[in-house]
Amino acid sequence: MSGSTKTVVQPDNFVFTSENAEAANVEIVKYPEGWQESAVMPLLDLAQRQHDGWLPRAAMDTVAGMLGMAPIRVYEVATFYTMYNLGPVGKNHVQVCTNLPCLLRGSDAIVGACKESLGLEMGETSEDGQFTLSVAECLGACANAPMMQIGDDYYEDLDAESTKAILGALKGGQTPKPGSQSGRHSSEPAGGLTCLKEINYGAGK
Amino acid sequence: MLDDKDRIFTNIYGLGDTSLKAAKKRGDWSRTKAIMAKGREKIIEEIKESELRGRGGAGFSTGMKWSFMPKEASERPHYLVINAAEGEPGTCKDREILRNEPHKLIEGALLASFAMGANTTYCYVRGEFFRETEALQRAVDEAYAAGLIGEDACKSGYKFDFYIHRGMGAYICGEESALIESLEGKKGQPRMKPPFPANCGLYGCPTTVNNVESIAVAPTILRRGADWFAGLGKPNNTGTKLFNISGHINNPCTVEEEMGVPLKDLIEKHAGGVRGGWKNLLAVIPGGSSVPVVPKAQCDTLCLDFDSCQDVHSGLGTAAVIVMDKSTDIIAAIARLSSFYMHESCGQCTPCREGTGWMLRMMERMVRGNTSVEEIDLLEEVTRQVEGHTICAFGDAAAWPIQGLIRHFRPELEQRIADYQSSDKTAAA
Repeated sequence: MSGSTKTVVQPDNFVFTSENAEAANVEIVKYPEGWQESAVMPLLDLAQRQHDGWLPRAAMDTVAGMLGMAPIRVYEVATFYTMYNLGPVGKNHVQVCTNLPCLLRGSDAIVGACKESLGLEMGETSEDGQFTLSVAECLGACANAPMMQIGDDYYEDLDAESTKAILGALKGGQTPKPGSQSGRHSSEPAGGLTCLKEINYGAGK
Repeated sequence: MLDDKDRIFTNIYGLGDTSLKAAKKRGDWSRTKAIMAKGREKIIEEIKESELRGRGGAGFSTGMKWSFMPKEASERPHYLVINAAEGEPGTCKDREILRNEPHKLIEGALLASFAMGANTTYCYVRGEFFRETEALQRAVDEAYAAGLIGEDACKSGYKFDFYIHRGMGAYICGEESALIESLEGKKGQPRMKPPFPANCGLYGCPTTVNNVESIAVAPTILRRGADWFAGLGKPNNTGTKLFNISGHINNPCTVEEEMGVPLKDLIEKHAGGVRGGWKNLLAVIPGGSSVPVVPKAQCDTLCLDFDSCQDVHSGLGTAAVIVMDKSTDIIAAIARLSSFYMHESCGQCTPCREGTGWMLRMMERMVRGNTSVEEIDLLEEVTRQVEGHTICAFGDAAAWPIQGLIRHFRPELEQRIADYQSSDKTAAA
């Protein structure tokens, strides 16, 4: 659970768009007859994506109704997992990993660059609703530390300068290129391959 | 050191195409039907003989685990659940498999499911891996379209479905019973064992939960033979392993190496050496945040395999090697992990829910030195009260990093306290 819950104005109702209702059905049929509640997590995610990145209570009630669950069971799920936002978040949710592998490679500087560039403290959302800045726990890209997640994308091998460039591009309405910002393809050693040099990749990248 | 011809993950960096066509060129999905034709027993036997130990951290024999599933089908279906809830700080190996080698995982899921009489696999991927999930789903769609999985998988007559379930941000869902709870649409809180999942797991049915890497290496083992795999590494610690090397090295990277590779060789050959040279090394956490830190003196000769790491009171864990040089404030580093464990405790068991908070608050005092030498012993005592007193191993995982710190860096803790006390006196004077 994250996102400010202080002054949340809850909408009266929530209806899935026909496209999302269809997507919800694709999720529901993954699970055996009688175990439809397994789809609660993907359905809440769909609802959140439809509702500007946060989950109003009406959406939880709608999902509960669709899956035949008691609403409290859905609230339990929505409050347990950190990726559900129970209050509005910025259009760009910037989550900076500060766990040990990132910390060792300078995540403090990334946090500093984000604060400076966005004029926000951790946990705050900009007044124009464009940015929310948060601390994240390990995001599982430790060989490309330090890193941050914005929306669905990872930005890796960061330094203060590249962090500011990414945020600047987002402010300008552009979509910066995700992945390594230091020119690596993925998690191969930066100094050049130490193995797999002779492999024929065929029509590879 | 491992030769390229013995590498399983030949596209681990995604330098080649990840499509089915390209994966097949690299050897995936070759002779899958013939392997299935050998029969369930033979497949499990082969995996047992390869001595593959689970790659998720605990290192339990994969073949043995598979053999725990009921041999005869009943009215209850069997399930294979793949744990792709990778979140152990330092660990980023499954991510590379999901996005760059997805066909190895899907083929492995088919073979493992077939061996255990399961017609359905659920792959539980951590929610933050959105792009990785997209890559895996693309591969699943390709495999269905090519008839490799589905109603008649690889024309074997066996029905097999592969579904992806996305997590939504909870480290504890990497614990197998919490993962099962989450998959059932509940909070991810671990279950009491017994009953074990092989008897009563997902939906009350026989279930095996395996790590991504354990499943993804299975097809290659079955193709090349148990002897080939068991011939790599060391006795009881066989085969190859993906290592993630992070922290204070010149070139952080992910690399497949032989089990039992000397730590120093791994770091110097693949990661460009420790920043400032080997003599600048302070300590290494060899297997992800949950295992105790190993000081340099032991790192000099440490080999990275399950048994060798255990011999130095640490663990291979997920083989996520976190390297710290002499500039590291080791007390602050371990305190950061304590903060992580407090954040991620699911809150079900009192010793863990309360203990992780106590440990963090005491660690924060240790970082400043604003405490007494006696509190070091009290902190140690608290870790012992948490360790082994919870439903799952999370409590142990929260306790061990601190125990490792006290075991190896007690002089630093005492010095920090002495420094604080003398600066306090100076300020008062």
